[in-house]
Amino acid sequence: MQRLRVRYAKRGRLRFSSHRDISRAVERAVRRAGIPVAFSAGFSPHPKISYAGAAPTGVASEAEYLEIGVTKLCEPGRIRADLDASLPPGLDVLDVVEATQSGLADRLEASEWVVRLPGADRELAETAVAKFLASGAVEVERLTKKGPRRFDAREAVLRLEVPEGTDRTAAQVPGQSCVILRMVVRHVTPAVRPDDVLTGLRLVADFAPPVPPEVTRLAQGPLDASTGALADPLDLDRDITRGGEDGSAGEHVAG
Amino acid sequence: MSVESIFPRLEALLPKVQKPIQYVGGELNSTVKDWDSADVRWALMYPDAYEVGLPNQGVAILYEILNELPGTLAERTYAVWPDLEALMRAEGVPQFTVDAHRPVRAFDVLGLSFSTELGYTNMLTALDLAGIPLAAVDRGDDDPIVLAGGHAAFNPEPIADFLDAAVLGDGEQIAIAISEVIREWKAEGSPGGRDELLMRLAESGGVYVPKFYDVDYHPDGRIKRVAPNRPDVPWRVHKHTVMDLDEWPYPKKPLVPLAETVHERFSVEIFRGCTRGCRFCQAGMITRPVRERSITTIGAMVENGIKESGFNEVGLLSLSSADHSEIGEVAKGLADRYEGTNTSLSLPSTRVDAFNIDLANEFSRNGRRSGLTFAPEGGSERMRKVINKMVTEEDLIRTVTTAYSQGWRQVKLYFMCGLPTETDEDVSGIGDLAKKVIKAGREITGSRDIRCTVSIGGFVPKPHTPFQWASQADHETVDRRLKALRDSLRGDREFGRAIGFRYHDGKPSIVEGLLSRGDRRVGAVIRAVWEDGGRFDGWSEHFSYERWMASAEKAGVDVDWYTTREREENEVLPWDHLDAGLDREWLWQDWQEAVSGAEVEDCRWTPCYDCGVCPTMGTEIQIGPTGRKLLPLTVVQPR
Repeated sequence: MQRLRVRYAKRGRLRFSSHRDISRAVERAVRRAGIPVAFSAGFSPHPKISYAGAAPTGVASEAEYLEIGVTKLCEPGRIRADLDASLPPGLDVLDVVEATQSGLADRLEASEWVVRLPGADRELAETAVAKFLASGAVEVERLTKKGPRRFDAREAVLRLEVPEGTDRTAAQVPGQSCVILRMVVRHVTPAVRPDDVLTGLRLVADFAPPVPPEVTRLAQGPLDASTGALADPLDLDRDITRGGEDGSAGEHVAG
Repeated sequence: MSVESIFPRLEALLPKVQKPIQYVGGELNSTVKDWDSADVRWALMYPDAYEVGLPNQGVAILYEILNELPGTLAERTYAVWPDLEALMRAEGVPQFTVDAHRPVRAFDVLGLSFSTELGYTNMLTALDLAGIPLAAVDRGDDDPIVLAGGHAAFNPEPIADFLDAAVLGDGEQIAIAISEVIREWKAEGSPGGRDELLMRLAESGGVYVPKFYDVDYHPDGRIKRVAPNRPDVPWRVHKHTVMDLDEWPYPKKPLVPLAETVHERFSVEIFRGCTRGCRFCQAGMITRPVRERSITTIGAMVENGIKESGFNEVGLLSLSSADHSEIGEVAKGLADRYEGTNTSLSLPSTRVDAFNIDLANEFSRNGRRSGLTFAPEGGSERMRKVINKMVTEEDLIRTVTTAYSQGWRQVKLYFMCGLPTETDEDVSGIGDLAKKVIKAGREITGSRDIRCTVSIGGFVPKPHTPFQWASQADHETVDRRLKALRDSLRGDREFGRAIGFRYHDGKPSIVEGLLSRGDRRVGAVIRAVWEDGGRFDGWSEHFSYERWMASAEKAGVDVDWYTTREREENEVLPWDHLDAGLDREWLWQDWQEAVSGAEVEDCRWTPCYDCGVCPTMGTEIQIGPTGRKLLPLTVVQPR
């Protein structure tokens, strides 16, 4: 069975879809596109589509990954075009490679996130970030399905910065200032999410943005521990796939 | 003048609510038209949560038909959950459509589809959030026409104060006709304001405008008369019936949501109407006559629907699907066509007979034989005669044992409790029947690995049925009978563990009964419940019986008078001026025959018994067989 690895984006209003919503949408898109997906055996066969490290509901992403098992040989470029055309706008296929090595999930060691904070105060943000980074550990609490859970949000954060300037202004607050946080966070258990880091900033420096943040995952993949840089997790497959796609992540669409 | 999207303001609220995806729209096959491209604009609402409302066929069909109509646009809106409602109120965000997030108040029509009366409070929330006055008389020329349809609209009197208009029956043609009336009136410069528009609709005889009718009461509270209060308004308003379903093959472009919904499948109505004559069944009475969709149209709709949606399940809908004259061919044809494709077929609403097991076997070719459902509805032979559900005990046991012997392991049986003339013994008979089913099943299969689940709903007398005059059982009686049944099943050492038991307590049925057979005075109760925070009454976690009773008391409404009181033959019923085509004398006669246990045959196969519908409505039974076959699928091969 051929396995195809897909990088896709979750953009705009579709960032409010949950992992389950996306999996239903992908299954239907695969059927509509006529992709020869493999099914599990047994009484209730399921299409062989698996997901790695899905972003939380409400968080946009430029780097989500899934894997499809197919029963007939498929050309990755073709699947990229067909699946993208079949998915609703906002779920956009960016890259497809044939899996040649095992363990895609294991390659997703860390994520790079950008957090937009419309209306927040830049100086306060910078102070909070400095305090957070200076702390040895920042214990935060998050409500999980199993109840409240406490964990350290500091150690997993490899980089956290407030870059100069603002790129574009959020649609809902035209003309308003917007602070941007960028961070690289290691994937640990329990997961440390950008909102946990924001909780940490509130705890260490009483920094609280006035409106809900807009969070986007920019990348996830193998981590270069010395530089904190992330590599493209599909490169490992691409090195062997002859005539594979180049590593470009497709066009970025304003959300 | 264009209308701005409220999405940017909504978007800021979405991170704070449950399941935000339900509010963002963008479903596959949804339509967003340019506001200025249309001069008639409909907001269509299913007044329940998105997950329930999105799969609704009625709304989906009208949405598609209206958007196909030149110069017309339609968008959808649903009830928002209380978490978002609170935020919308705090931030001043109005009720919006999910398609283009336009404010509902900007539309010409707010069309509500009521499958059940329990959506009434959600309508009030939507009106209030939209900034539309709750009372129709307080609305001005800038407010949409609030129009109700769906089965509950066959007695819209409890919500008459909140509605500008209501339509009865099939919506396809009347929605188009209403659009044209509005278009013409707007083109003339909206002469005479909304009252003239309503008058033009009322004059047609096909649209009910409650405020053009006055209701007089007797001193004892019964209705004396319902009469038009201005010239040219007809005394009675008639239902609409679409003839030739093959000409209306909708949905053509099924809506495919991102959010999870209650039905995740492509559904095709294989026929409309039912003349089985079950006396409790409002749907069967108000949707007559039977109009079949042909086997070839069904086949084409299924093929197209699967291709357009990517759903992996097809439902063949109707009130009694196995009664389609060519259902055997349909089942075999579809099962052949989709064999090995992981597309499953389902056939809800089947009768109790062996033929249905053959059908179920065809439909389960692709998967396992898990569960079959039958609806004998009454626990005793006598009870089934009263409700005209013609199934003998031998039929039932033979059918169910056949199912077990062919590999089905689980059979579900639907019953009702609280039926007219029902005794304790009729309900305990449900338990006896279930035990006999298990006993016979064990004998024929030689296995103890079979189960039967008994599922019981509370009976609510409905308008336009022979039981419209009946006394509804009080909830104490229903609860007592159900408890006795449950205890007798649980306590049974031999069969108890093989029989599952599902039921609801009788209180919600009383509220449903109040709303089903209520008159205009019940509107004050609905409003009081809503003002007290009543929402989502179809959801047990939101429904409050105590709130309904307290509000009824506050409004001076005697709930028993509306529910448990039996009506006399000549009492004017709140819906008598609304014509479903059923002859009132026939309904009364059928009610008398029910009490004496006399059965009525199905007029598809026996002579007409003069229920009145066909001659009154100018309709006729349309059934096959056509003799045509389903062609094998022109399989869309993966490219």
